[in-house]
Amino acid sequence: MSDTLERPALNVVGTRPVRPDGADKVTGRAAYAADHSMPGQLVGRILRSPHAHARILSIDTAKARALPGVKAVVTAADFPDLASEILEGGEQASNTRDLSLNVMARDKVLYDGHAVAAVAAISPEIADEALSRIKVTYQTLPHILDVTTAMAPDAPVLHDHLFTEGLAERPATPSNVARRHHSARGDLQAALAAADVTVEGRYVTQAVHQGYIEPHACVANWGADGQCDVWSSSQGHFMVRAYCAKILGIEASAVRATPAEIGGGFGGKTTVYLEPVALALSRVAGRPVKMVMTRDEVFRATGPTSGAVMSVRLGATRDGVITAADVELTFQAGAFPGSPVGAACMTALACYDIPNFQVVGWDVVTNTPKVAAYRAPGAPIVAFAVESALDDLAHKLEIDPISLRERNAVKDGTKASYGPTYQNIGYSETLAAIRDSEHYKAPLGKNQGRGVAVGFWFNIGGESTAAVHVNEDGTVVVVTGSPDIGGSRASMAMMAAETLGVPVSRVHPIVADTASIGYSMLTGGSRTTFATGMAVVQAAEQVIESLKTRAAKLWDVAADKVAWKEGVATCLDPTKPDAKPFTLAALAAQSGRTGGPISAQVALNAQGAGPGFGVHVCDVEVDPETGQVTVLRYTAAQDVGRAIHPAYVEGQIQGGVAQGIGWALNEAYVFDREGRMENPGFLDYRMPVASDLPMIDTIMVEVPNPRHPFGAKGVGEVPIVPPLAAVANAVRAATGVRIAELPLSPPAVLAALEAGGR
Amino acid sequence: MSKHHVTATVNGDPVEFLVSPRTTLLDALRDELGLTGAKEGCGSGDCGACSVILDGRLVCACLVLAPEAEGHRIETIEGMARDGHLHPLQQKFLEHAALQCGFCTPGVLVAAKALLDENPDPTETEVRYYLAGNLCRCTGYDKIIRAVMDAAAELRQVRTPA
Repeated sequence: MSDTLERPALNVVGTRPVRPDGADKVTGRAAYAADHSMPGQLVGRILRSPHAHARILSIDTAKARALPGVKAVVTAADFPDLASEILEGGEQASNTRDLSLNVMARDKVLYDGHAVAAVAAISPEIADEALSRIKVTYQTLPHILDVTTAMAPDAPVLHDHLFTEGLAERPATPSNVARRHHSARGDLQAALAAADVTVEGRYVTQAVHQGYIEPHACVANWGADGQCDVWSSSQGHFMVRAYCAKILGIEASAVRATPAEIGGGFGGKTTVYLEPVALALSRVAGRPVKMVMTRDEVFRATGPTSGAVMSVRLGATRDGVITAADVELTFQAGAFPGSPVGAACMTALACYDIPNFQVVGWDVVTNTPKVAAYRAPGAPIVAFAVESALDDLAHKLEIDPISLRERNAVKDGTKASYGPTYQNIGYSETLAAIRDSEHYKAPLGKNQGRGVAVGFWFNIGGESTAAVHVNEDGTVVVVTGSPDIGGSRASMAMMAAETLGVPVSRVHPIVADTASIGYSMLTGGSRTTFATGMAVVQAAEQVIESLKTRAAKLWDVAADKVAWKEGVATCLDPTKPDAKPFTLAALAAQSGRTGGPISAQVALNAQGAGPGFGVHVCDVEVDPETGQVTVLRYTAAQDVGRAIHPAYVEGQIQGGVAQGIGWALNEAYVFDREGRMENPGFLDYRMPVASDLPMIDTIMVEVPNPRHPFGAKGVGEVPIVPPLAAVANAVRAATGVRIAELPLSPPAVLAALEAGGR
Repeated sequence: MSKHHVTATVNGDPVEFLVSPRTTLLDALRDELGLTGAKEGCGSGDCGACSVILDGRLVCACLVLAPEAEGHRIETIEGMARDGHLHPLQQKFLEHAALQCGFCTPGVLVAAKALLDENPDPTETEVRYYLAGNLCRCTGYDKIIRAVMDAAAELRQVRTPA
């Protein structure tokens, strides 16, 4: 275990070099999935259900197959009918049957946009014409969109085999409730009864999409020998390999998955949609198949994260000690089980030391797209509820909202509501950073208000492989299996350079395909800089050991008589006063004479990720005439452990805040009465644009994680957790009206103002 | 459906290609000319990832039909760096870490260049409104705005030497 405190001063970590993939990205040369082509490739297209819930009675593809230029047509009949099986491999476990049925519907379609058939043709025009010639006969079924309806006793049931798990007894009949989560501590009812004050609320959020600008895309080739190549945009090409192999019933070694540059993921590219279909089409056609989703398909058939209905009740003493919390969360899973309600339950009270609580979560299926991970899955949703309630409590007790949180904050040694005991957390420092900020004290004008909220995310470690190769001229290649979605190649190169003692410009990082590097879990859970970074540092340390051995050989001294510092080997043996130091380049040039190539690979399962805490303050102005909410000023403080590349840490925080503001103010899935999405495009699904936002100020608090060589904690997910409540609390402060349902769009705010008597 | 023969000037070079009448300029650039820097994020003119400059005017290439390019001058991200030197906007984007995934970056850069060609000294608000047609989901725009403002300042210095 490396001891962060004893590390010498850092030369590379903490600086802001230009990212290694930067030049390609500003010149348009970076190759994303849709930019890749293969000789002889066909165009693949998917036919999607127009119904939210229907039985597939028949699919007639004869006319499509007969169209000249059509080379393949596939339906669920072309995929193995898999049994239920839990597959670890993504950010969370997946059921392979559900995965397969989401990729291609078999007996029923479960949402508007669900794939029912696919074609491959020699041109897009012919592929589209072929889709129009496929005749699907549906028997429509009653559909359900919201969790409350889905849980009603007489609700139509999506899955005949779904019996609620997590109850004391297995229910006798299937329902739309996949699972009940429960955790508790102390005596909740007694504590609520004894509380000086209580607050409570019911909170509602809608499904929102991750909103990456790059639509899903892939090129896939099923070779004549059964060897498959997939070139796609994902957060984990080992995940792509595993899921394709399962869904197609082939061996993992038959699939070589290559990561394209990824145009944003935010959790939404932690599963497959197109890749198995493209492979199935390629198998039939005997040619490579390229598939690119339209934006309409991205909205209707991928992502989003859950809509939710939540209730929170808090009890506290008169001086602001929270003694009781009762939280119930009902999350929309979409067409198959697996909402992030479990993580939401675990994060619900993670910032607070509360002696008596109960958290109950329900995972509920609906006729909407199967949800996918979205940045700190579940945490922003439940933080909206809990942090709104905390704000009401602060207001009722007339206590400053930061003070109320400080009074109840978890610290080192506190047993977290979800189990473990906190160590090396920087939450108090982060609260203090906002409390002491200039922003928190700045005056406000008319119709303006200030809101505060906090947020938590676990951050994870997990399995990663990294290799460090020294080239013959002393330059270095760092190879990982972790797709770079936010600048991780820069941090990998920097950590290797720091460890080796060479300039970062001498280190070239790449993300290798599944046949060229060992297994690595996908990029998610804010794990890459922590876990893959740990593998990179350990591989670099092995390279240093090798370099020292080689210098010892050249000097004819024992290996422990060699020191490695700032990229140079020096001889410590006093009997060898003439031994001149060797640079990395000098040793690399002689590697053939000292034992061959200098290279090391480390595969590990990193433990000890440090949890992250964020504290945000937001100022808004509410137009009383229109209900329009404008974010005037925003400051986000976060414990980041240690910022490896501070500019990209700031960027993660700013990006998370912007997504959170969009979630708070505008974004929502809207469905018509037939269960069809009404806003599957960026015009009507309104994500923040540049003119919607102010500058987003960041404060990086650095309380190092001693389990990481440089003290890093995950940073990417925490920043989306507080903004929903920070914005809502600011609107409450500006208007005096608590709005407990998102989004806070102008009509919703105006209606609330009018109902509030203003 | 017979194809149209189109001749145009792209990044200063004469080009010609055959396209069906319904092919967009974006698809022609990407599929016929191999210029994949312009991206399709939406296909409906809402995200700006396909921004190019057509006869000096900023357009979404997904909203222009390829045959409409006949006889016109098109500038894409691939033409922004000249003689092996990055444009100051490109350089400032790197220095300010104004990109993460990079998918929106070509469109943002092309739009920012169009802005600075029109208005060498924009205010922050003017930059934000000019770039409001370019969605970025990674950065929260903060570093993009700073990079554009900084590039504008540098370009003004180049244009008006002391």
